[in-house]
Amino acid sequence: MWSTLLNSNTQWVLFSTMILGIAAGMIGCMAYWKRQSLLSDALAHAALPGVIIAFLILGEKNLFFLIIGAAISALIGAWFIQWISESTRIAEDSAMGMILSIFYGFGIMLLTIANRTAAGNQSGLDKFIFGQAATMIRSDVYTMLGLALLVIFIVFIGFKEWKIYLFDPEFAKGLGLSLKGMNVLYTAVLVTTIVIGIQAVGVILIAALLIIPSASARYWTHSFKVMLILSAVMGGLSGVAGTWLSTLGNGWPTGPFVVLVAAALFILSLIFGKEKGLFINYLYLKMDAQKSNARLETGGMAK
Amino acid sequence: MSYAAWIILTASLVGLSCGLIGVFLILRKMAMMSDAISHTVLLGIVCAYLVTKEVSGPAMLVGAILAGLLTAFLVQWLHSLDIQQEASIGIVFTTLFAIGVILIATSVGNAHLDVQHALMGEITFIPWNTTVLPLIGSVPKATVLLAFVFVVALIVIIAFYKEWKLTSFDPALAASLGIPVLFMHYVFMTLVSITTVASFDAVGAIMVVAMLITPASSAYLWTDRLSVMLLLSCAFGVISAVIGYFIALWLDTSISGSMAFATGILFLISFIFSPKHGILAKYVRPTKAY
Amino acid sequence: MEDEVVLSVENLSASYRKNIVLHDIQFNVRGGTLIGIVGPNGAGKSTLIKTLLEMHPRLTGSVQFFGTSFKKAKKKIGYVPQRGSVDWDFPTNALDVVMMGLYGQIGWLKRPSRKHKRKACEALEKMGMEAYADRQISQLSGGQQQRVFLARALVQEADLYFMDEPLAGVDAQTERAIMQTLKELKTNGKTVLVVHHDLQTVEDYFDHVLLLNRTVIDYGPTARVFTKENISKTYGGQLRWMKEESRHVVHSVE
Repeated sequence: MWSTLLNSNTQWVLFSTMILGIAAGMIGCMAYWKRQSLLSDALAHAALPGVIIAFLILGEKNLFFLIIGAAISALIGAWFIQWISESTRIAEDSAMGMILSIFYGFGIMLLTIANRTAAGNQSGLDKFIFGQAATMIRSDVYTMLGLALLVIFIVFIGFKEWKIYLFDPEFAKGLGLSLKGMNVLYTAVLVTTIVIGIQAVGVILIAALLIIPSASARYWTHSFKVMLILSAVMGGLSGVAGTWLSTLGNGWPTGPFVVLVAAALFILSLIFGKEKGLFINYLYLKMDAQKSNARLETGGMAK
Repeated sequence: MSYAAWIILTASLVGLSCGLIGVFLILRKMAMMSDAISHTVLLGIVCAYLVTKEVSGPAMLVGAILAGLLTAFLVQWLHSLDIQQEASIGIVFTTLFAIGVILIATSVGNAHLDVQHALMGEITFIPWNTTVLPLIGSVPKATVLLAFVFVVALIVIIAFYKEWKLTSFDPALAASLGIPVLFMHYVFMTLVSITTVASFDAVGAIMVVAMLITPASSAYLWTDRLSVMLLLSCAFGVISAVIGYFIALWLDTSISGSMAFATGILFLISFIFSPKHGILAKYVRPTKAY
Repeated sequence: MEDEVVLSVENLSASYRKNIVLHDIQFNVRGGTLIGIVGPNGAGKSTLIKTLLEMHPRLTGSVQFFGTSFKKAKKKIGYVPQRGSVDWDFPTNALDVVMMGLYGQIGWLKRPSRKHKRKACEALEKMGMEAYADRQISQLSGGQQQRVFLARALVQEADLYFMDEPLAGVDAQTERAIMQTLKELKTNGKTVLVVHHDLQTVEDYFDHVLLLNRTVIDYGPTARVFTKENISKTYGGQLRWMKEESRHVVHSVE
């Protein structure tokens, strides 16, 4: 166990999934307040055909180009979702479900074709579905790390702009902030976070790394800033702990373990969270009933 | 019946059941719930396998129903704790699905259950796994299960047609008229679960979402009547299944992936050419005539 | 029916997680009255109706309809939700929506008969909507949609109606039609509770007023209850008052 931890490649992989988790936790907070938690799920699935097409064109597995392919495909998906839900009576969640499953289906068609070629069969493209951090080589780690740090940097420098953009877009407009520009930037960082997570966590479960930590963080604070930080910490913890767990078994997928850790943190927050945690809520409810009873009694006496 | 005929029949049954259920899914604004249930059903199947040590129809159905209800219940519960509906769905299904995958990958992974199969479906193997029915003879097990589920879904939808309509359109009024809205919600989630699990073998966890949502959405663009929408949705489901099968044959690729892709083609056609809601119609007649 | 207590509420309270949104609610409604429920945003007007109709859990208190429980009196109670609470893109037409009001009477496993259809048509006619029976509901204007909702309430043939802002965002013609219908209901001995927003019309429209802000501020005949003091008590510091030609003009100060 310790030997795997001390292995320098493993250390790099762990470090990069931690940074990925931090980036995902931060972007997840924004997605939560934009009420777009499931959009990240849809976009992750929609990225699959792009990954495979990039591979088919290139003929080899180069993470950087696969990420570009994934990003283009996810953006096309995002554009379709918006177009369908804006121009027809179809609700946004139906549009997301459609794009998610159709793009994924298309991706599976292509994957089956790619796997028939000798190179494709060896390439471990299948690993993109559930992610396997252990298969990352040094250059993959650098690509991932660099992009994740860029995302964190963008969130960090524009912190107050993001805050206004999320909570009061109209006011932001009044301040001269370009909503269109912010939207483009937001979509860009969201898609970047999703696609760099695909190799480590997989297309199916990367969304969990965006959704769960932000929901957990809400149980501890009312401040957006603290929520962002907590969500980042929990995301980072889930990333690194999940990846480590998955290296314990032979060929274990990383994604599910990352999700498991995130879910465990969520359950802890749900129960013990300072704000609206179940335990606190229970105490409040008891107090409510008591207050109400007390009123009843005094009311009765007054009559 | 020939090998191809069995596959087409099975796929058509998937199209019919999913088309029927899908209409109410999108009208009840629960499209993403189907995505969630299609994932968590995996956990139900794994647990059923762990208990009975076999991958059989009835055990799978029970496992799937329990998993589906658990998902619906947990989502409802988290939502009642002030977590956004969307986020609740995301949390519940990814977690339960992750547990299912881990169970398969660590302990029960064998010839009967593997993740690949769960995600992509194995419709090509269906005709070989047969059972003998009285009067009819040898029939693929998956086809029998699907036919059974379709009949159940059809009966439940038709018998309570007006209640489904009312609880979908105006749950508040339904409640004030004394219709058990919450109970019907869980009945519906059960229908979604059994439809999903029956379609699982054929198309897998994610493509079943395409079969559920897309034909119904396409139908929604063509008509303003619920009954017509149901018929169209079923028809689109069957057409997608058949077209998908032939695309897969032609390109020699995944049948389930091709079916999902085919639902997309039908939707695209509806999206462009639908006389009332299509983009072409909007382009020709930009203002809506009242 | 008249003078009989049709609704009695005692010590009702309801909470929305940490916050108590309603407390010490206590009032009795007699038959044949038309009551406006008036109060500021967030006063718990919709929650009150939902709690009475057991769509929202109550914390304490008891509610009686016609001297019995809600479950037993259900058939005598009609409810008109807010117009915004449903999706008007639903694939159905106006007549069908009106028919939905009859589903409780039709019963399980049965289909609407010709008799039910006729009843629904009559209700639409009464609201001046017969020409729109086959219209898809998204193609109706806001006022027309509200009239369809009213028609749906009429076919229920209830004795006690709860209406959540039936006059919000409707045209003048619809407002007149709706108020005329409500007054007819009252004349026929029915009781109607209406959540109402527009303070200026309260005196013209309702014979009773229930001033609500988390609890009942006052309740009784409009002439007695709807006074300046009571209203400013209900609305707190949110209002500025002017009296113009015996009409209250109210400005909301956000």
